[in-house]
Amino acid sequence: MPETALLSVADLNAWYGESHILHGAQFEVRRGEVVTLLGRNGVGKTTTLKAIMGMVARREGSIRFDGTQLVALPSDRIARLGVAFCPEERGIFASLDVRENLLLPPVVRAGGLSLAQVFDLFPNLKERLASQGTKLSGGEQQMLAIGRILRTGARLLLLDEPTEGLAPVIVQQIGRTISRLKAEGFTILLVEQNFRFASRVADRHYVMESGRVVDMIPNSELESNLEKVHEYLGV
Amino acid sequence: MEIFGIPTQALFGQLLIGLINGSFYALLSLGLAVIFGLLNIINFTHGAQYMMGAFCAYFLLTKLGIGYWWALAVTPLAVGIIGMVIERLMLARLYKLDHLYGLLLTFGLALIIQGLFRNEYGTSGIPYALPQELAGGHNLGFMFLPNYRAWVILASIVVCLATWFMIEKTRLGAYLRAATENPQLVQAFGINVPRMITLTYGFGVALAAFAGVMAAPIYQVNPLMGADLIIVVFAVVVIGGMGSIMGSIVTGFALGLIEGLTKVFYPEASNTVIFIIMAIVLMIKPAGLFGTQR
Repeated sequence: MPETALLSVADLNAWYGESHILHGAQFEVRRGEVVTLLGRNGVGKTTTLKAIMGMVARREGSIRFDGTQLVALPSDRIARLGVAFCPEERGIFASLDVRENLLLPPVVRAGGLSLAQVFDLFPNLKERLASQGTKLSGGEQQMLAIGRILRTGARLLLLDEPTEGLAPVIVQQIGRTISRLKAEGFTILLVEQNFRFASRVADRHYVMESGRVVDMIPNSELESNLEKVHEYLGV
Repeated sequence: MEIFGIPTQALFGQLLIGLINGSFYALLSLGLAVIFGLLNIINFTHGAQYMMGAFCAYFLLTKLGIGYWWALAVTPLAVGIIGMVIERLMLARLYKLDHLYGLLLTFGLALIIQGLFRNEYGTSGIPYALPQELAGGHNLGFMFLPNYRAWVILASIVVCLATWFMIEKTRLGAYLRAATENPQLVQAFGINVPRMITLTYGFGVALAAFAGVMAAPIYQVNPLMGADLIIVVFAVVVIGGMGSIMGSIVTGFALGLIEGLTKVFYPEASNTVIFIIMAIVLMIKPAGLFGTQR
């Protein structure tokens, strides 16, 4: 099977207000891959996801998704092309109950998971449909944040630190979910601080430093590069 | 018949006036709450837009021969569209700035609009006839209830509750509530948030215009009718809590009633009672009775 890039980012620069965060980031994600962005705090991993999604004040360079140039599009148009974003702070709406949160993102194309399939992945959600969104536990909120973007038919999922602050058993459940989504053909770009978690789910890892991608390590070569990785991550 | 030494006719008469005023307070503060929730703008033009609603009904009648009932449908649409143009051309440029700029712009617009109408039509007020279907009234025994007033109260309650239902219970309302919390994320889910903001402003303005049409037969059509009312409505909004939908409805009706009762028992305070309540509420619960601090 020829490996085609679903997402290719080249010479990406991005700004928040006056601060210039990304300085020519370059990488690609192939169809059906799970790829992580690794790096220390503040190197621009979250900004990279937000720049792809059109959520930064200003961006330049090239972001091609399935042949379409995203760099000048507003974020609602990008979402409609089939890109979905799960923010680090999860973005659960307090004024919406769990059902409303789950049904909030509109279906942008066919092929998304049905509600039954989402409940199959995250049975907890089914029992809490009438609860206020922010009354859920941290783990349940993360499941809700991931579950709601699976319904939309988006093919590229941008997940920002889905395991942050969660109990090990929940982290495992998120890990199994990501593997299962990969098996179903989703393409996933993951920002992750939890390096061990990343090594269990990802095909490849990009390492970022000061707004640039400085290295790429296939997951199979991770073991032999542990020292280098530890140096990159400062652990 | 007397209650607390007050003739029932007088008591219920004032309560009715209170409910009528409350109907307008509720409709207007509801529009303000909807606009403030999503746009974060305190729409000082609201009173002028209410007045434009009354004038639109008057123009429809005198220039096109279109009567009350059609005016009730057409006016909110027409004034709402004018509102959307204002939002696109002016308000949309202010969202990244402090609240104050939106307040100043809409206040300035209100002065300009009111000034233009005042130049043309003076301040004496133009009568607008009751719709024939609602002329007359019913003697309820303890009081006389004019049909048109009953209609205003009923229509206001229905419109307020329908708006509440739409915002709190429907999918469209869920978009609106979510965008009030985090517009950037809602847009990243594929919703055209700028368009939603424009439509929301148009809807809030349409509510004001609807109130204006209903007010025309009661208060006459007057360039300053909104300026007089909007100050009280802002006090209502402060008491209810900015941005709370049910809060603005309940507070609107309740304060109308309280004002009416004050007219019966202590007429000297009837013009200030709402502001006294506002001061007390601000001291005890600065975010308003139904509001949440943000």
